[in-house]
Amino acid sequence: MADEVVLLDYWLSPYGMRLRIALALKGIEYERKEEELNNKSPLLLQSNPVHKKVPVLIHNGKPICESVVALQYIDEVWKDKAPLFPSDPYLRSQAKFWADYVDKTISGFARKLWSGAKGEEMEAVKKDLFDCLRLFEGELGDKPFFGGETLGLVDLALLPFASWFSVHDKFGTFSLEAECPKIPPWVKRCFQMESVSESVPSSDQLYDYVVKMRNSRQE
Amino acid sequence: MVEEVVVLGFWSSMFAMRPRVALTEKGVEYEYREEDLPNKTSLLLEMNPIHKKVPVLIHNGKPVCESANIVQYIDEAWKDKGPTLLPSDPYQRGQARFWVDYIDKKLYEAGKNIRSTKGEEQEAAKKVFLEILKLLEGELGDKTYFGGQSFGFLDINLVTFYCWFLTYETIGNFSIEAECPKLIAWFNRCTQKESVSKTLPDPKKVYEFCLFLQKYYGVA
Repeated sequence: MADEVVLLDYWLSPYGMRLRIALALKGIEYERKEEELNNKSPLLLQSNPVHKKVPVLIHNGKPICESVVALQYIDEVWKDKAPLFPSDPYLRSQAKFWADYVDKTISGFARKLWSGAKGEEMEAVKKDLFDCLRLFEGELGDKPFFGGETLGLVDLALLPFASWFSVHDKFGTFSLEAECPKIPPWVKRCFQMESVSESVPSSDQLYDYVVKMRNSRQE
Repeated sequence: MVEEVVVLGFWSSMFAMRPRVALTEKGVEYEYREEDLPNKTSLLLEMNPIHKKVPVLIHNGKPVCESANIVQYIDEAWKDKGPTLLPSDPYQRGQARFWVDYIDKKLYEAGKNIRSTKGEEQEAAKKVFLEILKLLEGELGDKTYFGGQSFGFLDINLVTFYCWFLTYETIGNFSIEAECPKLIAWFNRCTQKESVSKTLPDPKKVYEFCLFLQKYYGVA
């Protein structure tokens, strides 16, 4: 039986981006359905009645919600290509720990950065963000990717957020290169992979989007 | 090689109880070390430098942090010992992980809000808490355990909240059983298991501890 894979998504969702990269890395054909977040489809509400959020992966009619849960599902079902999780239980627990850490901390900073915080409040957010990213730099070490020679769970978890932070770089809010010098080269390495560049908007594309939104608000 | 398994925990933490239930289910011997949370040991701070929290599982000197993560690790590291805790089917595994993630995002906060608020705020907190439990009750359905016939990953991660129910009910002045009888029946089934009854503290002691914290520290 041919697999039917559907992804309920929103193009700017960092969580959706994670799944797009995973599906591309694994060479899985799927149908992507773009959701309007203020007009959610009946399929989304039915597939994720608990959280009513994207992304939702629907495999042969069965929904899997929460991006890290879905990543683990994808890795277990399509296990013959591009493993995302390490095979060793200890290393697997470490990868999960860092992916959860992205969700516990980085995503919150990302929200605050865009919230229009100013002055001291903004400085505090930036400091917390850089302290956090430095921990990730330590975890990356000298490896090309968090997953080693290839992209792994932690790369997928962090990359969509890191891409957004590069946009702040362009706006001059801060210099990622100065504060966390390992992160921009890592982002660049990830985007050199087709599975990434074809799945997620680059920071240039995100920057253009933000500029367009700001200009349209001023009109 | 002789295995060294240590759990750093705190007696009333429902999160710290999870690895202990899992290890006992698997028949893995371990050393439990009680942390004094206002005075965390240097071992805890070294093993969990990022969150500085319990529980931490230390397996042959290597730390695993975050309780649900630890339970999964236990299942994988000792995959040939004792029962398998996660379902064998990938979809069922995804469902179990989803619900544990849901419990971790919602249940602790909801319970905390009951014991730390009054009046209308508390009524709202009770409503949220019961809605969460009802959803979980729906997921249980008519099964013996969330894992089906066998006590598994989702069961372990939820059952440890049971020892706090007396506290919520007393402070909140309501009966959880009246609203979620099937879930309470499941909790009672679980406490028949040695891994649960040996790990979970007496609910009365948890309540007394909560009162003590409120009286002396003004916190719940």
